[in-house]
Amino acid sequence: MTAAEGTAPRGSPPSVPKRRYLLDRERVLGPVLLLPAVVFLVALVGFPLVLAILYAFSDITVGDPALHLTGLSTVRAVLHDPVFWTSLRNTFVFTLISQALVVVMSTILAFALTTRFRGRWFVRFLILLPWTTPIALGAIAWLWMLHSIFSPIDWVLGWLGIIHRGSHVVWLGRTHLAMGSVIAVQVWRMLPLATVILMAGMAAIPKDVEEQAEVDGAGFWRKLFGVTLPLLLPIVAVAVLFGIVFTFTDMTVIFVLTRGGPQNATQVLASWAFFRGIEGGDLAQGAAVALFMFPVLVGLVALVLRLARRAEVA
Amino acid sequence: MAVVEVRGLRKHFDDVVAVDGVDLRSEEGEYLVLLGPSGCGKTTLLRMIAGLEHPSEGKVLIGDQPVNDLPPRARKIAMVFQSYALYPHKTAFRNIAFPLAAQGVPKEEWAAKVGWAASLLGIEDLLQRKPRQLSGGERQRVALARALVREPDVFLLDEPLSNLDAKLRATARDELKLFQQRIGTTTVYVTHDQIEAMGLGDRIAVMNGGRIQQVGTPQEIYHDPHNTFVATFVGSPPMNLVRRDGVLMGFRPETFLPQSAVEPGGDHATFEFKVTRVENLGSDRYVYGAVPALDEDTKVIARLPSTVTAPVEVGTGNQFVVARSDLRFFDGQSGERTKPEGI
Repeated sequence: MTAAEGTAPRGSPPSVPKRRYLLDRERVLGPVLLLPAVVFLVALVGFPLVLAILYAFSDITVGDPALHLTGLSTVRAVLHDPVFWTSLRNTFVFTLISQALVVVMSTILAFALTTRFRGRWFVRFLILLPWTTPIALGAIAWLWMLHSIFSPIDWVLGWLGIIHRGSHVVWLGRTHLAMGSVIAVQVWRMLPLATVILMAGMAAIPKDVEEQAEVDGAGFWRKLFGVTLPLLLPIVAVAVLFGIVFTFTDMTVIFVLTRGGPQNATQVLASWAFFRGIEGGDLAQGAAVALFMFPVLVGLVALVLRLARRAEVA
Repeated sequence: MAVVEVRGLRKHFDDVVAVDGVDLRSEEGEYLVLLGPSGCGKTTLLRMIAGLEHPSEGKVLIGDQPVNDLPPRARKIAMVFQSYALYPHKTAFRNIAFPLAAQGVPKEEWAAKVGWAASLLGIEDLLQRKPRQLSGGERQRVALARALVREPDVFLLDEPLSNLDAKLRATARDELKLFQQRIGTTTVYVTHDQIEAMGLGDRIAVMNGGRIQQVGTPQEIYHDPHNTFVATFVGSPPMNLVRRDGVLMGFRPETFLPQSAVEPGGDHATFEFKVTRVENLGSDRYVYGAVPALDEDTKVIARLPSTVTAPVEVGTGNQFVVARSDLRFFDGQSGERTKPEGI
């Protein structure tokens, strides 16, 4: 019965113009769909990147915007500046410590938030809130929380008797405390995203496998370390790499809270590049400083892509 | 080895009643199959025995000890999930050794025990592979080996064959049966496939709507169904039901034969069979059609083995018969089995 329909004429009837099927061809459709993304990347990433590289090898300033290539002299000047080395070290300290804290805390939070309890949606909402706050606003609120004279944290500590009542910790004015403070605020800011990523990762772990572990005799800890965490690891890696890339290149928190101070104790590459290049007007040095982030980021991106591919295979 | 028993077991998820008062007791070393359509509560029942669900009411006993308050790991059971639930990041060896590690068996003893389980299932060569490098049948064996290695009192199997292709399923069914006979551990096996149930079970518990409809040997279930649900769920094609005088008369398709194919003079019920279609499957002919019933025609199916060569023509005028001893009667209202009545 259906045999007659099955042998309907093959191929397109000659009367239909070929152009109608243009988008059905993968070799046409693919490039068409990619085009907007490519244009976007070239205009907003590729072009500035090339410009930054050119600037780094020139003596361009805000006052003299003509481009003269001067070879390595700018880079050499940057490398001779001790603040650059401080910033480089601070960047790693800031990134690694904050992300280490984020990983541990977001894992615990994700576990807590995926168990059932009353008012879970409200707790979830509260924890996700920092992510929805514009970071400049959030950082300004923290600026008050950590203010040298009006810090409410000082009041609470004084009231609890941990510090003398009426005395001040001066969170942002002492070198180690300042670094600790910006790290804490960065953790507060990055935690929600990592938690959400991990919660999604946990939802993807087959329930069967966890139940199998229970039947197989595993208690809570063995299930956690033997089954759940290993299965969660690829997602954790993605969350960490996201966090590292964000934190490594970010200066918002530092800019608002400490502007790199005291005595460059919280200066990172991104803020130093900004102060040098934009506020100081030395575009060439700013670009040269920023360029030092490039190799690290290339390495990280390669790692992200490799992880993504491995997750696909598994 | 132990006996599994549930008493008055109920489970509801909010408003939905999944298991609605089940009493069931296995024999020592028995292969007990829970058979039923999807959503009949058979998997929920199994999960309550495993301890993965808490019963809303009733008791679970393993080895005559109540285990309601014990977590799964304390119940001395082993379970094989439909998906096999292998740990994807561990090798087959590590998968099988996981219950040993969880029981605190020293590492030196793992190789011997894993080797023993692997040799029973013929997977010694696969132990270094990860689950994704294994075929469906191999995964199933690894899952069984993992269940075996704990030497549990009870095996719980949740549709372990349904992820295999049809050909593999037949061999795997055979192996499962031999395997259970060799180790002799009490096994509760959940399936919706009646062929698996008939082939594997010492006894079958047919479930529907959260309740047990009938418990019995495959023969009892097939030949003496307690109600119309069991009669039509078990058997392919199902039992024919024809309404006569307020009762439902049931007969299996293979007992429904052309008059010319049976010895004359036997005690037979005769039907006028309106044939609409004949399907020749080689070993059998399926004859589809209808017999006149009280108000309207009832669709029935006859299955004629290839040894029955009597011609069957599409259309009216075929006389088919059923031996009276092959007729089963069910109440027209409740569908429960009733006494035979003359027709």
